[in-house]
Amino acid sequence: MEAIAKRRAVATRGVSVAGVTRILGGKAVLDGLDLDVAPRERLGIVGRSGTGKSTLLALVAGLDEPDRGTVRVAGQEAAVGRLEHCALMPQGDSLLPWRTALDNAGIALENDGLSRSAARAQARPLFARFGLEDAEELRPARLSAGMRQRVAFVRTLLARKDVLLLDEPFGALDAITRGELQEWLGDALADEPQTVLLVTHDIEEALLLCDRVAVLARGRIAAVLDVDVDRDVADPAFVELRKAALEAIH
Amino acid sequence: MRKWLPPVLLLVGLIALWELVVRAADVPDYLFPAPSAVGAALRDDAGTLADATLVTAREMLLGYLLALALGLGVAVALHFSTVLRRALLPLLVVSQTVPTVVLAPILAILLGYGIGPKLIVVAIVCFFPIVVNAVDGLCAADPELIRMMRTLRGTRWSIFRRVEFPGALPMIFSGARVAATYAAVGAVFGEWAGSSEGLGFVMLQSQPSLDTEVIFASVLILSVLALALYGAVTLLERVLVSWKWQPAHA
Repeated sequence: MEAIAKRRAVATRGVSVAGVTRILGGKAVLDGLDLDVAPRERLGIVGRSGTGKSTLLALVAGLDEPDRGTVRVAGQEAAVGRLEHCALMPQGDSLLPWRTALDNAGIALENDGLSRSAARAQARPLFARFGLEDAEELRPARLSAGMRQRVAFVRTLLARKDVLLLDEPFGALDAITRGELQEWLGDALADEPQTVLLVTHDIEEALLLCDRVAVLARGRIAAVLDVDVDRDVADPAFVELRKAALEAIH
Repeated sequence: MRKWLPPVLLLVGLIALWELVVRAADVPDYLFPAPSAVGAALRDDAGTLADATLVTAREMLLGYLLALALGLGVAVALHFSTVLRRALLPLLVVSQTVPTVVLAPILAILLGYGIGPKLIVVAIVCFFPIVVNAVDGLCAADPELIRMMRTLRGTRWSIFRRVEFPGALPMIFSGARVAATYAAVGAVFGEWAGSSEGLGFVMLQSQPSLDTEVIFASVLILSVLALALYGAVTLLERVLVSWKWQPAHA
């Protein structure tokens, strides 16, 4: 019964990828991939570079179409319908250098037709919540790499979509900043109701931040691991899970 | 001060050398006037040259603004329509092979001796670098930014307004600066083809009477006008594209 309810929830509000193949440059980057993500679930997608993690996110976001198979987000199969439900935080921060941090964060609201000042007013409380008050009027060039990522995350949140797609959000950061931001993102996501797909090549990051981790290898999901252990990197169960993920990658 | 010293010293040195050579070789003024003779012409014919300068400056400025408006309009149209770009861009390139010196008299015949044909000649001369740079700038938008905007409910228009156009401004200003240096030449061509006022007209009038120092004085004023227009565009760029020069985060 529980499985049936979960399947129904995925079909109506979650993300469902069924038998998806995507061929790029004559090569099947994704090859008959199946994946279900329940509403409000946080799913990590790990894999080696070039295994199609970002391609998968683009397909879910409605920015790309599969050659075979179907992708549904909240029951919507058409690309336009998927786009309506997904907000993408791309690799790198993709902040607009000519806008201040606050104006960058509120851009989705401006796209909705709000005035710039109204968008800023809505973005401001999130800046306060995420410790970015001093950065409001600074342009991206004046922000540290970590702050830029946080502004990009606030921008993604302000799109007010059901599904957040985070594509290697900390890929370009140094180890210390990365660790700090992983902790910060964990706290930030804890209060958010959205479904989250986090693409990363860092297994530990996925295990620390997600409910489940899907391992992508050879164009398919090689394993799906439930993270039902303490989020403690020294915990033997955590170490075991990391080892299982590593084996699935290879 | 240190920044300006080398070019100023070089300029003063060159003028001094020019004066010295002309005097030492006893070159008559009608062949190659010394800087002192050009200075004397500027003083003696101040009234005539001032009136002519106002006329030419007005032609340059209005023709340049016309080129900017048309150039940016055409660039945006070419950016939005691939069909138009394919059809019109080669024609624009070919149009550049027609010498403006040939077009100017035809325009004078068609439109008379008023300011109209001069503005058109200036606009024709300035138009091409503006269009080419603007089209390149608009096409150079980072695809990742566009993808990000699409997931933030960005329509085609909002992507243009908030990403492509602001991002293209540095390139648009590059074209506008190049065009600013052409405006003076365009105005003189227009006046040579048919006019009764302006610096080009003064130059034509000075030829039969061998007032070469007046021609040199006119050229000097034209250079100053071109530099002033170039400086004004650069200043505007500094204001509108201030983010380009913002120092990066340490």
